[in-house]
Amino acid sequence: MSIFVDENTKVIYQGLTGSQGRFYGLRNRDYGTNVVGGTNPKKAGEDVDGIPIFANVAEAVAATGANASCIFIPAPGVRAAIMDAAEGGVEFIVCITEGVPAHDEAWFYNELKREFPNVRLLGPNCPGIISPGKCNIGITAGEIAKPGGPVGIVSRSGTLTYQALYELKLQDIGVTTCVGIGGDPVPGTSFIDCLAAFEADPDTKAVMMIGEIGGSAEEEAAEFIKNNMSKPVVSYVAGVTAPPGKKMGHAGAIVSGGKGTAAAKMEALADAGVRVGKNPTEAGELMVEVVREHGWA
Amino acid sequence: MDLLEYQGKQFFATFGIPVSDGRAVTTVEDAVAAANAVGYPVVVKAQVHAGGRGKAGGVKLATDEAEVREHAGNILGLDIKGHITRILWIENASDIAEEYYASFTLDRSAKKHLGMLSKEGGVEIEQVAVDNPDAIAKIWIDPVDGLSADVCREWVKAANLNADVTEDAVELLCKLYTAYVEGDADLAEINPLIVKTNGRVHALDAKVTLDDNAEFRHEWDEYATTQVRDAREEAAHAKGLQYVGLEGSVGIIANGAGLAMSTLDVVNQAGGEAANFLDIGGGANAEVMAGALQVINDDPSVKSIFINIFGGITRGEEVAKGIIGALEMVVIAAPIVIRLDGTNAEEGRALLAPHLSERLQSKPTMLEAAATAVALAKKN
Repeated sequence: MSIFVDENTKVIYQGLTGSQGRFYGLRNRDYGTNVVGGTNPKKAGEDVDGIPIFANVAEAVAATGANASCIFIPAPGVRAAIMDAAEGGVEFIVCITEGVPAHDEAWFYNELKREFPNVRLLGPNCPGIISPGKCNIGITAGEIAKPGGPVGIVSRSGTLTYQALYELKLQDIGVTTCVGIGGDPVPGTSFIDCLAAFEADPDTKAVMMIGEIGGSAEEEAAEFIKNNMSKPVVSYVAGVTAPPGKKMGHAGAIVSGGKGTAAAKMEALADAGVRVGKNPTEAGELMVEVVREHGWA
Repeated sequence: MDLLEYQGKQFFATFGIPVSDGRAVTTVEDAVAAANAVGYPVVVKAQVHAGGRGKAGGVKLATDEAEVREHAGNILGLDIKGHITRILWIENASDIAEEYYASFTLDRSAKKHLGMLSKEGGVEIEQVAVDNPDAIAKIWIDPVDGLSADVCREWVKAANLNADVTEDAVELLCKLYTAYVEGDADLAEINPLIVKTNGRVHALDAKVTLDDNAEFRHEWDEYATTQVRDAREEAAHAKGLQYVGLEGSVGIIANGAGLAMSTLDVVNQAGGEAANFLDIGGGANAEVMAGALQVINDDPSVKSIFINIFGGITRGEEVAKGIIGALEMVVIAAPIVIRLDGTNAEEGRALLAPHLSERLQSKPTMLEAAATAVALAKKN
């Protein structure tokens, strides 16, 4: 099994007619994802390499039975695109777009919770999600992931996620699902959402969690792991050497007022029984140890 | 983007928040003219992106033209925690009866806006939070609901402000919330929020941080001109690169913010220090790589360069071609260590092989590459 997406997920690409949307939408289709349509109000009735374009998500859902959407709309249009997807009736929305204003994120996070409690948003500013061999939504290179299990991955960082997928593949260890929750201040899906889903997924035996500086999401995840998880968790937190007050690329990655340091996060995770690697390679090795110890691969 | 005090006050004023009449000036003569225009006594305040201006002698009261001339002359050029004062804010001095604190910011854990209000203003709110946490009234605001006057009134009462100013405070705080939301601020803080001797509430200071991601819907060009960046950051931003200048000697180029942060970490673990954080993004074509190398090359503190690339959709051979192409465009002073991994890494390394030398080394893992780059930096 996998979490959030699998071979039955049918995806609409909002922004499929743009250069990024087209590039990744077609790549995702080549991987095997059910790419059933795209949206663009000005190009309804046209197609992108055979994929039909609809005016909005509601029409796309009515025509195709889609249950997920992937957003490649530029930042100014993201708030409207997310509401279009929720109102259109999909249950899972993946927003790849980076640079979305924090006030927009805070607004649609709460609006979705209230008006569309069954809709899950992943992102914005995330690489997407891949259940290897079944479904790949977003910008992850599918070939660096080995299908199967027993490991689930959740990460705030894109390239470090790829690094983790790749290191596991080199060790011949498979992945059920790899979720990139993104590096923004208000991610639609949190570490805890993913940890809970992995805990409930029978094929996921262990979880790799990749955090970074800023905020308190890792500390909250540690608390959740301590109280609610039976499965082993291995972790890495990027940014031990990041100076305070400097935004390290991601909008959410900033140590301010002495809060959000990697050291505090690693300590909280270690206290919760998580095996914490001090660099991505070491975290990969720790995961290999866990998997081998249990004879899972 | 952090605003200077005077910009924050002008920002507040556009939302109807009462601030003191004042002028931003850059010369002693203009300071005198500004003081004559706003009326004595005036406060002469250094406009720099640093706290502790008062202690550094950057805030002075002046009761006549001679004092304005003296203070303006002393403060212009004053070094406040490494920031040289080039702009002064001359404002009409206020008669202060009480000093409060008010702010709005995003609570990332609660995923709601957090308002903080305290009758103990004029001091660091972090200190109040430690010494007397009960003195801070907090309110969490759902962005969908916004802040109503009724909810705001309850909040003001919870903060135990002087009851006489309740309605005036409610009006100001609702305007501050509007400024925070519609102005796309990450932080809108007034410290102190004063009650004047005439009983009116008033923003005596302004600390505003704007969300760079929202620039597309605002006119912020004027604010951009007073941002402080070091020369390296300026050059990198002009090339569209995510760059943060640091103190060490190992220049870093990586693709992806997480990998770049991680690269800093492994350099540190190998006993070295990074000269910068530089994320070139997902792709790594020759032009972007050349631009990144140029920025690193112009930094005299760089003694070795560590290029750390994980090929995802951008394949290893494309990355290798990018690096080779970039090296043809830029003559690099420091030795380079490349770690190329991920999709088609073998092919990429094969392309690099004929170009390798003492000056350009390739290492198969992040840790080996970090150790080599640190050793080279120490040797040079």
